[in-house]
Amino acid sequence: MNIKDLNRRRVLRGMLNGTAVAVGLPLLDCLLNDNATAMADGRPMPVRFGTWFWGLGATNNIFVPQKTGTNYDIPEQFAPLTRVREHVNLITNLTAFRDGEPNLCHYSGWVIGRTGSAPKSGATRPGETLDITIANQIGRTTRFRTLTAAATGDFRNTVSYEGANTPNPPEISPVSFYGRLFGLGFQDPNASTYTPDPKTVARRSVLSGVMDEIKTLEKSVGYADRQRLDQYLTGLRHLEHQFDQQLVKPEPIASCKAPAAIGDEPAMGSEVEMVKKRHRLLTDLMAMAVACDQTRVFNMSYSNAQANTTKAGYEKPHHTTTHEEPIHGKLGYQPNCAWFAHRAIEEWAYFVEAFSNIKEGSGTLLDNVLIYANTDHGDARIHSLDKMVAFTAGRAGGRVKTGLHVDAGATGVSRLGYTMIRTMGVDTPGWGTKSNRTSSDLGEILA
Amino acid sequence: MGVFLSRRSNAHGRRRLMIGGGIVTALAVGAAAVFSSWSSGTEPESKGTPATLRLLTQEQYLNSLSYIFSPDVRPVTNFAAVPRIDGLLVSGTSMAGITATQLEIYQKTATTVAAMIVDERSRRYLVPCEPKSTSEPDAECAREFISQVTPLLYRGPVPAERLEALVTGANEAAASLNDFYQGLSVAIEGMLVSPSVLLVTEKTEDDPDHPGELRLDAWSLATRLSLFLWNAGPDAELLQAASSGELLTRKGLQREVDRMLASPRLETGVRALFDDMFAFESFVTLAKDSLIYPSFSGETAVDAREQTLRTVVDHLITRRQDYRDLFTTRKTFMSPALAPAYKVAASGPGWMPYEFPDDSPRAGLLTHISFLALHSHPGRSSATMRGKALREVLLCQNVPSPPPNVDFSKVQNPDEGMKTARERVGFHLEEPACAGCHRITDPMGLTMEAFDGAGDFRHSENGVDIDTTGSLDGVEFTDAVGLSSALRNNPQLPWCMVRRAFAYGTGTASAANDRRVLEFLSARFAADGYVVPDLLREIALSRAFQKVYLPSERQTHPLPDLTTVKLMSNDAPASATH
Repeated sequence: MNIKDLNRRRVLRGMLNGTAVAVGLPLLDCLLNDNATAMADGRPMPVRFGTWFWGLGATNNIFVPQKTGTNYDIPEQFAPLTRVREHVNLITNLTAFRDGEPNLCHYSGWVIGRTGSAPKSGATRPGETLDITIANQIGRTTRFRTLTAAATGDFRNTVSYEGANTPNPPEISPVSFYGRLFGLGFQDPNASTYTPDPKTVARRSVLSGVMDEIKTLEKSVGYADRQRLDQYLTGLRHLEHQFDQQLVKPEPIASCKAPAAIGDEPAMGSEVEMVKKRHRLLTDLMAMAVACDQTRVFNMSYSNAQANTTKAGYEKPHHTTTHEEPIHGKLGYQPNCAWFAHRAIEEWAYFVEAFSNIKEGSGTLLDNVLIYANTDHGDARIHSLDKMVAFTAGRAGGRVKTGLHVDAGATGVSRLGYTMIRTMGVDTPGWGTKSNRTSSDLGEILA
Repeated sequence: MGVFLSRRSNAHGRRRLMIGGGIVTALAVGAAAVFSSWSSGTEPESKGTPATLRLLTQEQYLNSLSYIFSPDVRPVTNFAAVPRIDGLLVSGTSMAGITATQLEIYQKTATTVAAMIVDERSRRYLVPCEPKSTSEPDAECAREFISQVTPLLYRGPVPAERLEALVTGANEAAASLNDFYQGLSVAIEGMLVSPSVLLVTEKTEDDPDHPGELRLDAWSLATRLSLFLWNAGPDAELLQAASSGELLTRKGLQREVDRMLASPRLETGVRALFDDMFAFESFVTLAKDSLIYPSFSGETAVDAREQTLRTVVDHLITRRQDYRDLFTTRKTFMSPALAPAYKVAASGPGWMPYEFPDDSPRAGLLTHISFLALHSHPGRSSATMRGKALREVLLCQNVPSPPPNVDFSKVQNPDEGMKTARERVGFHLEEPACAGCHRITDPMGLTMEAFDGAGDFRHSENGVDIDTTGSLDGVEFTDAVGLSSALRNNPQLPWCMVRRAFAYGTGTASAANDRRVLEFLSARFAADGYVVPDLLREIALSRAFQKVYLPSERQTHPLPDLTTVKLMSNDAPASATH
């Protein structure tokens, strides 16, 4: 065999034509995936993007600070965020423009926030959400292009859509999320030895035959279904990519420490304590998955839009409470609604902290991450699409300033989405449609 | 055919012989009824249904595996959710997209299944031959296995070159892994992530009997039939009928449909139909507040779903009773976990037949814990949710969403003195914007207030007697038994069954189907005495079931922006009126 015919596949085949072998370092250059060298040459860690979602917003009159800028006051409901204040930006007074479409309760608001377009009906699914737009830019080299999880306990709750009919299924079970991330197929980048699984080579080669079957099927279907077959093919390529990665010794990542396996599955109910427990387990796994560079784009939902979270012993779920609880005469707001919103804000603080607790380089993981958090309504009681609040967290490798309260002055919520997309390197002159279309980023938070 | 399949088909044959007689008699009676009253009725001309590309559902996939291999080959997996279109998830499978995550799930499941098949304990009866050596490739044995299972997995013939490619894959893997079975498992994984297996691509051909028209080809028809009646892929016999062309003859089709209706697999199929129609997948996330309803456990939820499905199968399949009586029958089944929730004594260690006494407030599916608890909040009942479910799930009607611009401060409940749901929802009726819809849902929902959010019977709420009077489309009643009876006699009830069954069988959206065909089937359903297996037979034998057209080639052109809302050409609103 001529030395120039030496490629990764051939070497591994030769190597594996027998029992599994532990391969000593260094590997031949040809064994390295072109894209896996990103962190080998001393370049900074990549900037990653994530989203967080909670339903039914906040209790604005005890949540929104009076002052803007860095020295803003801390209202009662904002208090849980005090400990992560320096890492987050609070954006208030955002508007989702309906553009003459109906106000689809608990739907229009978050969909506009994540796609920049007002949906025409509840049956109109969102289309590509901004995490996917960003993943197409930065997520192609990692083991998972995106990861999506929901603490709601319902596998139908997702805020990530590849396209109108293609929701990304969320992980709802901490046990199975652990298995997917750190179980079979996980390569510890810091392991001292590297043992490629010879079966992976075989699996990979069988996959090409499967791809050929798509071509046969494509002949017999119409345009819309050809697109779905293309999605299938993309999925197969993704599997191929995952196999390829398993056949390459990963670069060490100092901050990556695979967590201990999760023993028992937590209860799946919608009661706040159960949701909180799942949210924290899923969050810890997600943060470590990001630290281990398993993905560069991630989504987490604490509650669903029209949140069905319940309080033990209290008969109304959060959403029902927003419509049925009287506004307290003295307090000026709905106390039980505020209680629910407060729980969500606490979990947002936990989410941010999970990323700031992981050391990376000279700082923390959060320094190299940009997280966007949004909700469905400004005032859920009346389904308003103005005075909406949102957050960002993390400094995106220095591209974003933090610690600010920005009053968006009733401008479009899509400005924030546009800012996220631009910051993550998607070069586009604008984002969204009709009134939600914007070319104006939220300059206040950009470094 | 190899060892295990021939053994299986023998067993199958025996079973068929045993039950064949009873079924033939029943069909003869059904046929007589049809011909006496509807001998002149012919199916109206229609354009048929669209040929679709559907995702195989998780249950269809798992059922197929257990029939092809063994009931033990049943991995734990979670396929992605599909949208519910016009009241059915199956209708959503023809438009649901496919994500990389879903492929990952397929691949992981394939790995588990392949390991189960080649496992030392199961390979002896799941692989029809023994390799010459377990540590070397054996092309002959690999070919025997692969050529035996591929037609069943692919639901049709597999091109010789694809088959050989799989054999080669198994050989190469066996050689590199020094293990015949590990090599075979790699090939199995390859088959199980195949789009030909996981996607149901309906193929069309010219209909020689009707020039200019299209019909499903024999394999696609076989698949449509078996997914409809068995919720699984076709068996070897059905594939044989497709292969010989008999399935495309009237006689051959009738024979196969009757065979399928007589098969024990029908029960699985009918369960799946009703599980989908009743939206029972929501049981997966059903939980009750443990402080408010301490006796409602996860087990209660599981058994509540099972109770209703058992009642459905017993009433409709075993006893071939009138579909409408499902909503008044006091006959059901009881399990030890469910008995305390109904406050009755458990009579057996497992499921036992049970009949609510004549003076019981419970009669029919509406009064089952499944319906009552599913359409309630975690901590309280909901007259509106129950009324809406009755309209949408059982009568195929559409209840509009609340108007978004309504001032909710008017309908909120500022008065802590209100004790019952009737008082609370009464607010809606004073507000014109709310009253329109709440009049559709609440008059029957309030009658079901006799049962709390966990489905437990009660006379009072917060110390005040519950007024259970109500009405359904002009029929008045005083309690839930009266409501059940009104529902039973509502003409929309069987009509909705026909709509859903046809959409389910064809994988299409209810709203897209030809109304005249549905009316024809509906008339047949009535003439047959509302016997569901007869309805399934009528649908399966109808021209509209196999006559197809190609979905229109409407393209969506992406806008220049990054995000566009793309709608598939076969998209349809989530719910529809008629």
